[in-house]
Amino acid sequence: MNIHEYQAKAVLKEFGAPVADGVPILTLDDVQTAVDTLPGPLWVVKSQIHAGGRGKGKFIEAEAGEKGGVRLAFSKEEVMAHAKAMLGNHLVTAQTSAEGKQVNRLYVEDGADIATELYLSLLVDRETGRPAFVASTEGGMNIEEVAHDTPDKILTLPIDPEEGVTEAAAAQLCDALALDGAAREDGMNLFPILYKAFVEKDMSMLEINPLIVMEDGHLRVLDAKVSFDGNALFRHPDIMELRDTTEEDEKEIEASEWDLAYIALDGTIGCMVNGAGLAMATMDIIKLYGEEPANFCDVGGGADAEKVAAAFKIIMKDPNVKGILVNIFGGIMKCDVIAEGVIQAVKETSLAVPLVVRLEGTNVEKGKEILAQSGMNIIPADDLDDAAQKIVAAVKGA
Amino acid sequence: MSILIDSNTKVIVQGLTGKTGSFHTNQALDYFGTQMVAGTHPRKAGESWTADNGAQLPIYANAADAKDATGANASVIYVPPAGAAAAIEEAIDAEIPLIVCITEGVPVLDMVRVKAKLDKSNSRLIGPNCPGLLTPEQCKIGIMPGKIFKKGSVGVVSRSGTLTYEAVYQTSVEGLGQTSAVGIGGDPVKGTEFIDVLEMFLADDETESIVMIGEIGGSAEEEAAQFLIDEAKKGRKKPMVGFIAGRTAPKGRTMGHAGAIVSGGKGDAESKIAAMEAAGIRVSPSPARLGTTMVEVLKG
Repeated sequence: MNIHEYQAKAVLKEFGAPVADGVPILTLDDVQTAVDTLPGPLWVVKSQIHAGGRGKGKFIEAEAGEKGGVRLAFSKEEVMAHAKAMLGNHLVTAQTSAEGKQVNRLYVEDGADIATELYLSLLVDRETGRPAFVASTEGGMNIEEVAHDTPDKILTLPIDPEEGVTEAAAAQLCDALALDGAAREDGMNLFPILYKAFVEKDMSMLEINPLIVMEDGHLRVLDAKVSFDGNALFRHPDIMELRDTTEEDEKEIEASEWDLAYIALDGTIGCMVNGAGLAMATMDIIKLYGEEPANFCDVGGGADAEKVAAAFKIIMKDPNVKGILVNIFGGIMKCDVIAEGVIQAVKETSLAVPLVVRLEGTNVEKGKEILAQSGMNIIPADDLDDAAQKIVAAVKGA
Repeated sequence: MSILIDSNTKVIVQGLTGKTGSFHTNQALDYFGTQMVAGTHPRKAGESWTADNGAQLPIYANAADAKDATGANASVIYVPPAGAAAAIEEAIDAEIPLIVCITEGVPVLDMVRVKAKLDKSNSRLIGPNCPGLLTPEQCKIGIMPGKIFKKGSVGVVSRSGTLTYEAVYQTSVEGLGQTSAVGIGGDPVKGTEFIDVLEMFLADDETESIVMIGEIGGSAEEEAAQFLIDEAKKGRKKPMVGFIAGRTAPKGRTMGHAGAIVSGGKGDAESKIAAMEAAGIRVSPSPARLGTTMVEVLKG
């Protein structure tokens, strides 16, 4: 689960990380509070959306002006002007779609005098199975590009979970970030704080880009991007409350209520599959035969007729869907149960696009019989190749 | 021969009395009489669990008691996600040699803690978030459908459950059959990686060929490919067919499996396919042609 920058900073502040004072803006009424609370003389007005590249982004609406999603203000009036220009309009960045994301929240912060920009993040390193810091002097840049172009400028430092961040590890990070003086002292404190926040809150990613050294020589967390392990949210009700569903796809929210793994994509062929690997493979094979998948959908191992019907309805909510491929290898799931769910869903959604169903596994004959006797226009398939070819042909012929 | 499990494997079930544990324990008992010997439950010690076929399995308070009483050398875990890591740790403390965790949705930092403990132990963990493993006509641990298996010569290792079934089913249809199939699971931090299982298949005389199924995320497939290249130089090599799921997956999204995500410029399908092909694996573009591709590879 992702959260906004201002929420991430509030979480990090609880643990004692150095962040600027700031006020979140949900409506224009909040702007007055912000300028009354924050002394100035420099303010930063930042768009809060779940996507990076905000500073270099551009608004779709002309009234928002030419500037990006992060704007400096040198007077209280300017803070208000920026807030009016940005709030409610759509910001397009390198990480959003062409339609952009509506900016429903802003964050007004005290400005900082930046001397140096650095990069610091924490994630779970899969190779070692440990949390690891990633540190680089190349702050404010796309870290993937830094990793590609100048890998020697990046330190990846796994942390032994039984030891935590040792003095030696903190010193190594200070060296990698070329910190000295007050900034080095700040760093020695900051790294254990970030590690503690990461572990205690079950974060999957904590990225500070940039971490800055200010003109006064101290460190500050200038931007913060945090995401949490969805599987651990059950033990963090405080974090759950930070979820902003307006940032998520409506269909994906509904799917999560049914405990379905669903991801909306841009193609035309809807997929319903059991198992994550097989669901990805089904998308791949649709592409292999010349069409694009409209979604990823894993109904899981224990789906019943009702859940299958729910998945079907969610897939059909996507207006781009021109055909549906159901691919089930029933290990635990019985094919006859799937068949009944499919028929129920076809009736309830009054399906008007071609449907190809491939069933294999437990009770497969019974399942095929149920589909054949339903009198519905369901195209049966023997294996995944056959199924993909049939749905692609049906969609292209339509 | 087979790897990891055979007809002598004695299995205890952590989470036997739950719905999932009960269902799959019945299935395992029905599969060539897999030796399911006991269950555990902290508050039901001394009670017993009755299988559909009438068999009675004693319940012990914990994994250590169950192992001491039955001589079990494997444990399978069907405990809900919040308690799964503690269940694995309990099995490690009981020094059970093979621990298989089926549970999906274990918090990744719980697994970080478990892995640190596992590294200092003599136990092997398969999973979590995996379908388990099966040796045809001998032993079934986990949730794989037994009837698609056929005793034979192909070793199957996979990060995905249902794609394991595809590989098994197709190699059965082609008449090749399997020595063992191991689902290592779809989580980013797990007990057993491709390399561990490939080493066992290379060492197993009856395993004549191997199917390896990976997916996007991490670099385990690349590491496995390098391992195979190094082993081939020592003269250890078996015909292999591979598949990678997730060529069309968007970056930065978790595709069902917690570990299936292309992030930080790492873990995309193309680099995995290239690495596997460089190691001499015939990578099938279609998951429907794993069996036929293996037949072609074996013909030479």
